[in-house]
Amino acid sequence: MDCQQLVTHVLTPPPSIIIISELQNFVEIVTLSISVSLAATVAATAFSLPVGAALAVAPFRGRRSIVVLINALFGLPPVVVGLILYLALSRPGPLGSLALLFTPTAMVIAQTILAIPIITALVHRASERAWARYGDELITDGATRLQAVPQILMIIRADLLTAILAGFGRTVSEVGAVILVGGNIRGLTRTMTTTIALQTSQGDLSLALALGAVLIGISISISATVFALAGQARTSGSDEV
Amino acid sequence: MMVVRSVLTLLVTFGAISVCSAAEQSIVLASTTSVEASGLLAHILPRFTAKTGIVVNVVAQGTGKALDTARRGDADVLLVHDPEAEQQFMDEGHGSTRRQIAWNDFIIVGPSTDPARVRGGSDSVAALTAIALAQAPFVSRGDKSGTNAAELRLWKLAGQMPGTLNEQKWYRDVGGGMGQALNTASAMDAYTLSDRGTWLSFNNKGSLVIAVEGDPRLINRYDLVELNPQRHGDLKLVAARVFADWVVSSEGQQAIGAYQVNDQKLFSPSAGAPK
Repeated sequence: MDCQQLVTHVLTPPPSIIIISELQNFVEIVTLSISVSLAATVAATAFSLPVGAALAVAPFRGRRSIVVLINALFGLPPVVVGLILYLALSRPGPLGSLALLFTPTAMVIAQTILAIPIITALVHRASERAWARYGDELITDGATRLQAVPQILMIIRADLLTAILAGFGRTVSEVGAVILVGGNIRGLTRTMTTTIALQTSQGDLSLALALGAVLIGISISISATVFALAGQARTSGSDEV
Repeated sequence: MMVVRSVLTLLVTFGAISVCSAAEQSIVLASTTSVEASGLLAHILPRFTAKTGIVVNVVAQGTGKALDTARRGDADVLLVHDPEAEQQFMDEGHGSTRRQIAWNDFIIVGPSTDPARVRGGSDSVAALTAIALAQAPFVSRGDKSGTNAAELRLWKLAGQMPGTLNEQKWYRDVGGGMGQALNTASAMDAYTLSDRGTWLSFNNKGSLVIAVEGDPRLINRYDLVELNPQRHGDLKLVAARVFADWVVSSEGQQAIGAYQVNDQKLFSPSAGAPK
């Protein structure tokens, strides 16, 4: 298909895309995608913020290896996470009795696992810088190193936004893990990315492309939000940032 | 501080919304991709749910993977189309009842230029022999699906073994669903074996046309398999039975027969037919 044909194809979508129920599906799919990714981002953030900062301030044996490991997991292949989680959640698996396979919860778990290394690594990197600069001050105030964690997080709050939104970006855009553990069930676990895969496989390239555009739109809004919020934080009088 | 707090509040709120309700009764149907991709299930399932209140969650995987999912106990009922693999599944004691519910047929599709000169024929084995002789590109599903199994059976009849096929440059194993195979065949002007349902509802045919159809060896039967309660006791087998009974009932069979794409019937109901 040459470019002209592609444009014509996109501009004149098949009837299926303009039927109301399809539109409703579309809204459902976008909502599910964003909800699942937000839930995963919240869960990953709750873990990664304290752990990332603690890794920067608390010295202990093996810390270097943990940091290396977390940075390596940046490139964790989603399909591997999906497969391991699939086996764990499957009936004969260790978590089989929870009956979570093919549910949105399974997708949230998969995405949380994928987001944790990214957020933790970014938080750790920023915390290390802040600790090098303000560490002595924070300890001479009489706090133990771990008690300094909340203050470190305060200092690097602008970086936290970037870290959290990077985690969100990872979760909302991945397909390999959610299609395995979610099963791409219509109306239950069908997200934007799994729909794009499905529509492409049905030759419905226009709907696939439309969803791709929404996905890219969300990514752009995310980074626009980061920049806006970071700018706001800088002008609201916090000189440390 | 305010900013961080408001973002976190927002995240938590959305997170809470996403905690999903799974309260209503639901069963997992592991199915072949063709009944999902062709739109058949989306056509008949709302009728069943409206009548019984049971939600059917479809995981479309291809027959080989669907049978595996059921072996692990991750599905409540199966809709598949590979008689040999199904028989093995039954022999292993995983299934309790296996009922034919519908049929359609496979077709060989290929580029309109027809390099192997098979177009218009009705002998699938002769056509595959000609394709091999011409070394014309052929796309294989390669995913242990029912269609993949049917394709390999036909190749054997044409004197080609799977092992030797995989060494041929013109034989392209894409390891994916029917749609992916059709997309690939369309892009590289190759022949492929497709079920008629997916073909009729497929929207990216390009230069592909039907090359061979009407061979009795191309019959494609769909079976509904219920699971053995002795092997899979904790599953929702009662609801699965209600579903299976509905599909073979006159109401379910009528719904299957009434499904059309572009005024063409995709599946013929056949619950009454002999095994």
